[in-house]
Order: sequence, then C-alpha cells, then structure tokens
Amino acid sequence: MSTETDGKFGEYGGQYVPEALMPAIEELEDAYERYVLENEDGFMDEFRRRLREFGGRPTSLQRVDRLSERYDREVYLKREDLVHGGAHKLNNALGQVLLAKYMGKERIIAETGAGQHGTATAMACAHLDLDCEVYMGHHDINRQRPNVFRMRINGAEVNPVTVGRGTLKEAISETLRDWATNVEDTHYVIGSVVGPHPFPAMVRDFQSVISEEAREQIRERAGRLPDSVLACAGGGSNTMGAFAEFTDDRDVSLVAVEAGGSSLDVDEDRGVAPNSASLSTGTEGVLHGARTRVLQDTDGQIMESHSVSAGLDYAGVGPELAHLVDAGRVTAVNVDDDDALEAFHRLSQTEGIIPALESAHALGYLEAVAGPDADEGDELGDLVVVNLSGRGDKDLETVIEETHERGIANAPDMDVFTGGLQ
Amino acid sequence: MTRANSRALAEAFADGPAFVPYLVAGDPDCESSKAYVEALVRGGADVVELGLPFSEPIAEGPTIQSAIARALESGMTPERFFEFVADLDVDVPLVCMTYYNLVYQYGREETGEPGPEPFVRRAAEVGIEGFVVPDLPAEEAGPLRDACDEYGLDLVFVVAPTTRGERLERIMEQVSGYVYVQARLGTTGARSDVSRATDESLDRLREYDVPKAVGFGISTGDHAERIVAGGADGVIVGSALIDVVADGVENDDPTAEVAARLEEKARELKAGTRRGATASGARSERT
Ligand SMILES: Cc1ncc(COP(=O)(O)O)c(C=O)c1O
Repeated sequence: MSTETDGKFGEYGGQYVPEALMPAIEELEDAYERYVLENEDGFMDEFRRRLREFGGRPTSLQRVDRLSERYDREVYLKREDLVHGGAHKLNNALGQVLLAKYMGKERIIAETGAGQHGTATAMACAHLDLDCEVYMGHHDINRQRPNVFRMRINGAEVNPVTVGRGTLKEAISETLRDWATNVEDTHYVIGSVVGPHPFPAMVRDFQSVISEEAREQIRERAGRLPDSVLACAGGGSNTMGAFAEFTDDRDVSLVAVEAGGSSLDVDEDRGVAPNSASLSTGTEGVLHGARTRVLQDTDGQIMESHSVSAGLDYAGVGPELAHLVDAGRVTAVNVDDDDALEAFHRLSQTEGIIPALESAHALGYLEAVAGPDADEGDELGDLVVVNLSGRGDKDLETVIEETHERGIANAPDMDVFTGGLQ
Repeated sequence: MTRANSRALAEAFADGPAFVPYLVAGDPDCESSKAYVEALVRGGADVVELGLPFSEPIAEGPTIQSAIARALESGMTPERFFEFVADLDVDVPLVCMTYYNLVYQYGREETGEPGPEPFVRRAAEVGIEGFVVPDLPAEEAGPLRDACDEYGLDLVFVVAPTTRGERLERIMEQVSGYVYVQARLGTTGARSDVSRATDESLDRLREYDVPKAVGFGISTGDHAERIVAGGADGVIVGSALIDVVADGVENDDPTAEVAARLEEKARELKAGTRRGATASGARSERT
C-alpha cells in the first residue's frame, strides 16, 4: 500500500521549511529518487552490503518462549537491538550518511533524543569519514549519558540545546537552524520519519529492511504471516520500518504503541502534555516541516511532551503514520511510564534481553491486553511480532532511578551498592 | 506586473527607500511593546513588521528566540495579538510575521477544521496589511495566498541566497507587497558586516518590478546605507532593535527610556537608508 503522492500522505506531509532550505531539499529529493529508488551507481547495493558487514544485518527473529507462554500465543521479537550500535537507528543513519557522500556533502548534522540516532550517525560518519555534529537537548544529555560518551568517542561534536525543556523537539529546531546556515556543504540526517518531504519517505525506505526481513523470517518459522505486528512510536521510524512490508497484507494488524507518559490529559495553561501520544490525542498541525498530528494547544502553540523514554518524548509524529492511523490501517494505542518500566524488567528477567525503554512500551502493550490482569479476548491474535527497536544499555541509570522512585514492583533492588543507591 | 493588494504598503515603498523595523509583539509585555512600536514609528519607520510569537521559531537566531520566549511568557496569543494591533496608534502599514501553524489553527474551534481564512479575515479587521510566514514556501502557500487575495492583504515571500532559477520565478509569481531578500544564509541575528550574498541576490532580482526589502543581520545606519545604495528598496531590522529591548529587560530600565533609545536607533537606521538613496540616485543619474 503506497500512500504517498507528491510528498503528501493524504492531507499530511509537505514541505513547511524556510526558503533557504528549499533548494537543498529539492537536491535531496533528486538524490533520493536517483540513488535510493533507482539504485543509480549501485547505491542501494553498497548500502545493503554495508548494512550486512558494518551493521550486522540481518537481525534475527526470535521466538520468546516464556513470553509466549505468559501470553498464551506465539510471540516473536524482531531483534533490532542486535544491529550495530544497539538500535534500528543505524539502518537510516547509514543510508543517509552514505547518500550524503554520494551527493558530495562534507559535513553531517543530526538531532538526537535518546542519543541512539546521534550515536548511529556518529558511527556511520566515522565509518564513512565525514565530519559529524549532533544537537541534543540538555535534559536528554543528562538522562542518556552513555550515548553522549559514545558519540564523543566516535569523534562527533555534541552541541547541547538549552532552550525550552531541552528535549527532542528543541534539538530538531536547532538542527534545522544549523542546516539553514550551512546548507551548501551540509546534509541533515534526520532521525525519524518526520520533517519535510522527502525525509519521511526516505527514512521509511531505509528502515523497511526490518519488515522485509521479518516478513520472510516469520513465513519460514511459522509458515504464515503474523496476526499482528507491534512497534513503539516516537517519530515512528522503527514503526514504519516494521510495518512497511505488511501494509498490503490486510489481515495483519499493525499496532503503534505511543508513550502515554504519566497521563493522557493536557494542561492547556502550562502548555504541557504529560505524554507523547500525538497519534492518540494530538490534532492536525504543522511542525518541523510537515503537516501531521501534533500535541498543541487551541492556538496552535506546540506543547511540551513527556515520556520516561527520551526517544519517544516528542510532540509530533511521522505524517505517513498519522495518515495510516486516520485511514484505519494502523491502530494507535499507548502505554504509560510505569507499565513500560515494568515491561523493561520483565523482558530482562524472563528472556535475558534488556530492551530500550522505547521498545519496552511495545512490550507493555502486550502485557496490558494479554497479561494475567488483562480482560479476556484481545485482538492481537495467535501469532505476534514485536519490533524490539533497541537495547537498553543507555537506559540503565534512568531505569534504576525511576523504578526505585516509583516503587515498580518487579524491579531488582540495588542494595549491593554500599549504603544503597545514591 | 507583480501583485499589490495593499495600497498602504505600495505607498510606503513608493516615495524613497523604506525603513522596516521588526519587533515581537508583547516583548516583554503588551504595554511596553506598544510604546516601543510607537517609538519606532516616531523614529521614521515606514512599515512595521510585528512578530506573533510561535513556540518553534525555526528561522530565528538566539536574539529573536529570546524575545519570542519573553512574549509568550507574558501571555501573548493570536487573539491578544490582534487586540494589540487594533490598539496601536500608528499611521504606517503593519505586517504580521509568524509561523504557519498559528495561521492554520486560528478559528478552528468555530470552523471545525484548520485553514488560514479565519486568521486572514481577523487580521484584515484589525488593519494588518500583509504577512511574512518564514516556514511557508511558495509550494505550500496556495490557501494562504487565496485568503490574502480575498481580503486584500499582501503575502511577502523570502528570497534566500540559495534561491535561483525556477524557484525564484515561482516565488515571484506569488509574492505581493514586497519581497524579503534574505541577506545571508542562517538565522536572524545582528551582524557587524554586510554580506556579499546581498548584492548577488539584489542583482538576481533587479528585473522584477516589486519592492525589495533586505533583512537578516542589518544593525547600523551604515549597513542600511550600503544596502540601499546597492539597489534595495528597503531595509528590515529586527535583532539590532531587539537587543535594545533585551538590554532594557536585563537592566530593568523604565519603558520610556528604552522607547527613547529605540527611537534614536530608528533615526540612525532611517538616516542610513536616506543616505543610501542619495548615493544610488546619483549613480543611476550617471548611468
Ligand atoms: C531504541 C529506540 N526505539 C525507538 C525510538 C523512537 O524513534 P522512532 O519512533 O523513530 O522509531 C528510539 C529513538 O531514539 C530509540 O532509540
């Protein structure tokens, strides 16, 4: 199901950016069509080869036995946590950095929330020998420290963004400003299926390798297509990547799990939405170059979002995903901070896999509808694929702190540290 | 011939180069901001660009970002902005500069779906003559362009140093009022020099019959002089004026004092545009 015509997905999408950027965006559209869609100069072949050799693809599709038992169905994880760098983010970053190289750009800039995209971009730049600068909100710098170390160690500059709450929204705005200043020699490697056309389509195409592999793998393993595919959604790149090859398979339900944060309510006066559920609670608006669903007040001012997971903490969402939800092809649901933290520990303890906090939201949804406390009769079916978008090493400090403060029941204690956890 | 919907705007550029200051409405509060706009007009402003603050100002540098933050903090909203404009006691045309989402959402509660018409209608009611919307390129501007034509307002587009060829033509087909010539790449912010990109942009635009106002980085009367001498029909100055407002906030200076400084700065900039006009007049007589 191709939903795109002329950079628009239904009413969503478009190119709402300053004029100074438009020529660069036109140049990128041209490069996207030639190199990505038409494989000019063997671009896609080289991309696929590097994804295998440098990125470690294909990733496995693993049946998780104890979760399958717990939820009384076949549960498979698409292990994007095993991609080099620890998340699906490299699929896109490597694609775009390579494309920038084909375009003759000298400098790469990127925004990052959880630091996974920044890390993936820094790695890809070191690998392909390009200069790299990453913008990251000060709040995120503090909650995702390991990734800041990784970016610096790979040779990238990390520029703290101190305006607003200092999260992904501000980081994207600041990277757009840098791009508008240095547009002639710089490519902006955007980290999700957001921003002006052609980014949403191009990032989806680079991420589609997830569902390409998963679709093959599940047919081999289970002899059929899954009943449902679950993925967390911040901007929605792992989501679109996990869904893309299934959108035409009408019997496969596609479930996007957003961050419910601490509440779905909105504080209009303070301009704060204590969640990041733009698909579930947002309205149509224009943010960061695209018309999409956004968390905004009635005047159209963008709200400050919230999630315990930095990678989901964003007031917007990819325009194609918004369109697929409106069209009824994708179901948007959400999982709150506490349930995501609990799911994080559950997977770690029962399967030996420490998931990213982002990915833990997708697992949290399974627990909510199919766990021991759930009502009878969910709609996910007997064969479920969950996209495990990343690994949780980056989140350990946040998780230990937050689960302790919130008294999450299945969290391990940290009494081993003398004097307790400081 | 290019479009011109607002007669007041056309006249502002008709007799000599225009000095076009920009301030964020409501920075740091409505009352002071009103006094500042009036001071700029006393100082010689021919048109005033008034910023309606948006939470994600992606085209602005740090100076204007801070001004926007102060204005939002003081409670500025689209509706208060319109009331602010209605209350202003000035006799020069006013242009609203804002980001598309605010234009798009206004009046949505009544109409049920977003669109620019209610915003333009309300702007026309309070006497606004035109718009600059920096995140709305010509490709996406159709609905706003139509609403502007319906209510007789102008839609100004930015021409960047990177805008050439077909893009330039597409923009020039849509622009009305004046064209905002972006003097350099990057975001807004006061600079200490005049960029060469400005002369090149003015050259590319020479054949088009629409007023050309140059902005981004102009901070002194001498810059204004050089730019007008180079063929501009106007200079747009924002950050250099907002620096004066910000200093006032920082030092807790009385509004009247800050207003007086703004008026003086406006005189300097206006005098610069006049000197530039003499220079460019002398040159065109020679050729
Ligand atoms: C592991 C992981 N999953 C998911 C996301 C959310 O991004 P997206 O919705 O674009 O997949 C992030 C973002 O940083 C991430 O690091």
